[in-house]
Amino acid sequence: MSTVIAPSREVVRAAERVAAARPRVSIGDTLSQTLMMAWRALKKMRRNPEQFFDVALQPLLFTAMFAFIFGGAIAGDVASYLPLMIPGIVAQTVLTTCMATGTQLREDMEKGVFDRFKSLPIARIAPLAGPMVADLLRYTIAATLTFAMGLVMGYRPDGGPAGVLAAILLAVVTGWSLAWAFTWVGTIARSAQAVQGISMMILFPLTFLSNAFVPVETLPGWLAAFVRINPVSHLVTATRDLANHALVSGEVGWTLLACAIVIAIFAPLSVRSYKRHM
Amino acid sequence: MSITEFRPSGGGPSAAGGTDLAVRVRGLVKTFGEHRAVDGIDLDVRSGEIFGVLGPNGAGKTTTLRMLATLLKIDEGRAEIFGVDVAGNPHVIRQLVGVTGQYASVDENLTARENLWLFSRLQGVAAPRARRISTELLGQFGLEDAADKPISQFSGGMRRRLDLAASLITRPPLIFLDEPTTGLDPRTRGQMWDTIRGLVADGCTVLLTTQYLDEADQLADRVAVIDHGRKVAEGTPDELKTAVGDSTLQLLLADPGEVPAAVEIVRRVLGSEPVLSPEKGRLNVALDQADLAADVLIALRSAGVSITSVSVDKPSLDEVFLALTGHGTDGDAENGKKENR
Repeated sequence: MSTVIAPSREVVRAAERVAAARPRVSIGDTLSQTLMMAWRALKKMRRNPEQFFDVALQPLLFTAMFAFIFGGAIAGDVASYLPLMIPGIVAQTVLTTCMATGTQLREDMEKGVFDRFKSLPIARIAPLAGPMVADLLRYTIAATLTFAMGLVMGYRPDGGPAGVLAAILLAVVTGWSLAWAFTWVGTIARSAQAVQGISMMILFPLTFLSNAFVPVETLPGWLAAFVRINPVSHLVTATRDLANHALVSGEVGWTLLACAIVIAIFAPLSVRSYKRHM
Repeated sequence: MSITEFRPSGGGPSAAGGTDLAVRVRGLVKTFGEHRAVDGIDLDVRSGEIFGVLGPNGAGKTTTLRMLATLLKIDEGRAEIFGVDVAGNPHVIRQLVGVTGQYASVDENLTARENLWLFSRLQGVAAPRARRISTELLGQFGLEDAADKPISQFSGGMRRRLDLAASLITRPPLIFLDEPTTGLDPRTRGQMWDTIRGLVADGCTVLLTTQYLDEADQLADRVAVIDHGRKVAEGTPDELKTAVGDSTLQLLLADPGEVPAAVEIVRRVLGSEPVLSPEKGRLNVALDQADLAADVLIALRSAGVSITSVSVDKPSLDEVFLALTGHGTDGDAENGKKENR
């Protein structure tokens, strides 16, 4: 770029710099800065592989645990519970992974390097969006492992490979969108522990008060009403339709709409509260 | 609080700088709750000079710098950098200012080279150029051997150097250094000073904060002394030292009751006023020459005033404050926390 002078012995002239300064960040710059931030986050993941524990262990553990505990009671046996449960676990795992996005952002923001990010002429959204782009990898791992564990346990999705891939894709997109809510929590909370606590309080009702693990028909009316409007229920139903029937139902549309609303609300909120942190 | 104003120092100190101002601050205020961390500060930093902001912990140095660097909102007052309003054009200001904080703001998860690469690319430097600049800066700051090691293995001095290198990628015309040598060993400190002088030789303007009088003396063309969020004095380091004396005689009397007698003797011998320290029986006497200490001691001896300990020292920041404000660098504990976030 023309404003950059190599660090040799050229004289720095302030007036020229003032004249050459750009008044704001362009969309193109924002994108490339976000990708650089994603590069940083990926480097960080590679050097701290323990970050993958949750996305690797949870699908394996929860799938086995829930199948054997609830399988008999809800569906008669484990095998017939799997088509109902696996999409539920996918949704739950992806949501838990979102939560880590907020916690890690909070931890990251306490570090000195964020002071430098703030002092650089870069888009304010880049340090928030970058790690989220890198997190796409985590959602993919989490969703794929859950299906893989299901297959090992005897789950045979009737939707075929295309249906399962579409289900994974939908889960990843949803995870990424919902992560904006947790990113916002990350920017307002006082500590990483607080993020964890607040996120848990959001996460537990959302996942358990849904059709992820039990059929809605078994619930009392007032609860069923909430479960039906819970976006997680839409995600779970959409994922089931895709994986089990290769069916792109209206539920996919509802899920994507919910995602769009979450982004539209929480992305601006996150940037605003990140700016205020300065 | 009295404001000691020195005569304005001579013409522009550097050939590269004109008479135009790099930083112009009027009535800057930052409030944290009830606490006015910065309480109406005015500053004029000329292009091409090293300007030092001297003060104890919690005086408002870091807060002032963070407001000028767009890292904190300006509550009241106006700040301009090269004529650009800071509050109104944060994005432009960020292109003009390089910031090196009190704590190294580099990424612990990356190597030194990756850090410079990241910060270059973020600022729109094309890939080949970013690679070249990173290598050049690593060389310039003596970090070639550690270039590909994780920062967690770096010493404090190496981190500081990398931090400064990261601030210089786009060669900003104005550089903020927040206590650049606090916690460094004397050798690293000297290297840092040389680097800072080199920046100004290239045409940069440097605004630095420090707790050390000798650092301000070594580096700065002009110094502002701030205390409790206010500017208490401004001038060249020489003017500052003239006010305080070239060296300080520190006396601890055996009997605190003899303090008035000792004050009288000092007044008679030197014609100047000693400063009473908060510690009982301790006097600080500013001396134009260290030799004068002997005269004072002889006079005390012949008057029968007994002394427990005596030393002649360079004036410390504490003495500067005693001389300028009549109190020491108190308030450390109470205000330091707030300023350091």
